[in-house]
Amino acid sequence: MSQSAAPAPLPEALAAIVEDFNALGEPDRLQLLLEFSEGLPELPERYSEHPELLEPVPECQSPIFLVTELEGDGGGNGTDAVVRLYFSAPAEAPTTRGFAGILHEGLDGLTAAEVLAVPDDVSDRLGLSRAITPLRLRGMGGMLARIKRQVREKSGA
Amino acid sequence: MPLPYDDAEKFTAYAHPERLVSTDWLAEHLGDPGLVVVESDEDVLLYDTGHIPGAVKIDWHTDLNDPVTRDYVDGEGFAALMAAKGISRDTTVVIYGDKNNWWAAYALWVFALFGHPDVRLLDGGRALWVSEGRDFTKDVPNPQPVDYPVVEREDSVVRAFKEDVLGFLGGQLVDVRSLPEYTGERTHMPDYPDEGSLRGGHIPGAQSVPWARAANEDGTFKSRTELEEIYRHEKGLSPQEPVIAYCRIGERSSHTWFVLSHLLGFPNVRNYDGSWTEWGNAVRVPIVRGEQPGEVPSEVPAR
Repeated sequence: MSQSAAPAPLPEALAAIVEDFNALGEPDRLQLLLEFSEGLPELPERYSEHPELLEPVPECQSPIFLVTELEGDGGGNGTDAVVRLYFSAPAEAPTTRGFAGILHEGLDGLTAAEVLAVPDDVSDRLGLSRAITPLRLRGMGGMLARIKRQVREKSGA
Repeated sequence: MPLPYDDAEKFTAYAHPERLVSTDWLAEHLGDPGLVVVESDEDVLLYDTGHIPGAVKIDWHTDLNDPVTRDYVDGEGFAALMAAKGISRDTTVVIYGDKNNWWAAYALWVFALFGHPDVRLLDGGRALWVSEGRDFTKDVPNPQPVDYPVVEREDSVVRAFKEDVLGFLGGQLVDVRSLPEYTGERTHMPDYPDEGSLRGGHIPGAQSVPWARAANEDGTFKSRTELEEIYRHEKGLSPQEPVIAYCRIGERSSHTWFVLSHLLGFPNVRNYDGSWTEWGNAVRVPIVRGEQPGEVPSEVPAR
């Protein structure tokens, strides 16, 4: 690996989010993260009534749970199945919700293959490393790793 | 001029009732000249989702820590922060936050390093204010910058360093982490990520008193009698002797420092902010595993 290697490319929606964050000054980046936190969709009933179906993410400093679904021909097998993401995080944990919101907007609706190709360092590219402790940023990486693991298992990739 | 103290009956039993205010008191005094309310949370965005009207935010990570060295801001940094938040040396500061005032107590402890004269905690913190259905706003105040003198940080009174702790072995050490962290079963809080300690366990001789035992379900502090029962009778801590409290990075132990010094009136309590993320990584310091405080070594290797 040469040091000048370009960073691995991001899917379009995620790339746009990263660009938006980096176009802002630091306080505004936090405001944007807050907007993602507020924009995180509610869980559909089939999950809100069955929270045990969601996987906890202990890497995060606040309780968060997530689950993925694969849609497509053949019941969602295969790497071209479409990935749907569902998150549950309390309102008192806006930073964690914000990370979930970014991943939702950036990844929901991609194919399994596209999700699996997302580089693991996305959280480092948001320009938040000064405002947010490394520990919290690592939580976002934990969410992504769990999403990818679920997608890998469910798609048979 | 400091604001009047809260004469709520619960507080009168504490050693320093002037260090606490109730939600009723704060609601009555919001907007009074000479008062600045500060929110300090674990979650850097929580303030922005809504806060007590007029409150300013102080973030432990970006505002109180030095960005490079593992240390707190210096006198100039603190003065600049205070000035920007509209706090002058004679301002009455009331701090509140999430999680039983965990981070609020940490902020208050840093204020103590600079000897800010009148700084108080809101008993029950953010959660109580929320559960009582009191006013919240998203409006961020724009305080008029004021002058705050550059006061050198005083690290010798309420702060302890690793060398101090090594010289203190055999004294009253309080480990305020969870039991699995104390025994060495794990190096971080349950449900929290690992912050990287190479060894698990506790400092020899340290008593285990998880910090949140000092709080009620609603986030308020337990009564003086209940606190005496835990710290003095159950653990046998004596106010006649000095105490050093520690946790993982010094935040949870700030809460216990507050309890011991301000609520129970122990005159000599220090917070070892290096805590387990320093001790559990330091070379050749003694460590005990298991549920007992353990033997204090008679000799500590040269350092």
